[in-house]
Amino acid sequence: MEGISLNSFLFVGAILFVSGIVCMATKRNLIGILMGVELVLNGANVNLVAFSRYSSIGIDAKFIALFVIVLAAAEAAVALAIALSFYNNHQTIDVDQADELQG
Amino acid sequence: MTIPQILFYIFALVTCGGAIAVVVSQNVVRMAFWLIVSLGSLSGLFFMAHADFVAGAQLLIYVGGTLVLLVFGVMLTASGAQRQLKMSPADGFLAAGVGTVFLTIIMSTVISVDWDGVSKTLTGEVVSQKIPTGYNKGEEGNTIRRLGLGFLGIRADKDLGAPEDKKISTGYLLPFEIVSIHLLVVLIGASYLARAKRKVAPRTN
Repeated sequence: MEGISLNSFLFVGAILFVSGIVCMATKRNLIGILMGVELVLNGANVNLVAFSRYSSIGIDAKFIALFVIVLAAAEAAVALAIALSFYNNHQTIDVDQADELQG
Repeated sequence: MTIPQILFYIFALVTCGGAIAVVVSQNVVRMAFWLIVSLGSLSGLFFMAHADFVAGAQLLIYVGGTLVLLVFGVMLTASGAQRQLKMSPADGFLAAGVGTVFLTIIMSTVISVDWDGVSKTLTGEVVSQKIPTGYNKGEEGNTIRRLGLGFLGIRADKDLGAPEDKKISTGYLLPFEIVSIHLLVVLIGASYLARAKRKVAPRTN
């Protein structure tokens, strides 16, 4: 384990985070945007677990990582319910069509 | 190159490749598949970091729960031509450029920070006291019992054996309860939102 540095974990986290941001910004499918959110949350989790291992934060970071996992599951459930409701009302999943609240 | 290093690089490569494939692919079903690959090998990375319970929860909750939910969402919404909503090539190039710049900023920040020094400063460790830098030898694996006790409000590493006037619980009982109530409310709300709306038949006579 000595050969793996903290920076390698942080690089993986950074790539996951940036992929999630780009996915959220470019996808037109509502489910695709949800997948981007999952990627961002996992990028944060990689950082938490890596700091739990390599710094003196210790096990607290693992608690926070578990809370992130549970809250991500809750967020996916609600967002998917909203997506299904949107699909039932509009017969499409394209977020560009969701402009009723536009001023 | 040792075996842990090789395993780490395999897991890291599959994770990053899966994440990038999620962004690049246009088909929603393929995106879901690459997300499963990416998050599954991410739990392998968590095992490499000796966070065994977090890795198991990642496999059970994310890969087993959340992604199955997402796949159901794909199946219920995507039909025919809507499975592929393409973005324009100009948007794609713009997104790739912005993403690369963002990634460069984050990575240069990570490289330029001295993490051991920051860790010492933040926790106020005494310089003469020798703290292990590099990695924590004390908690190799075996985190399940300490995590479970912490969720019950007891910290095995801080509370037990502390002096009497310092016995304030530093556990996570209250956040655990809040999260459980939150999960219950969220699931009730989700099933209310996603319910099938049937038109009430007009009553005769």
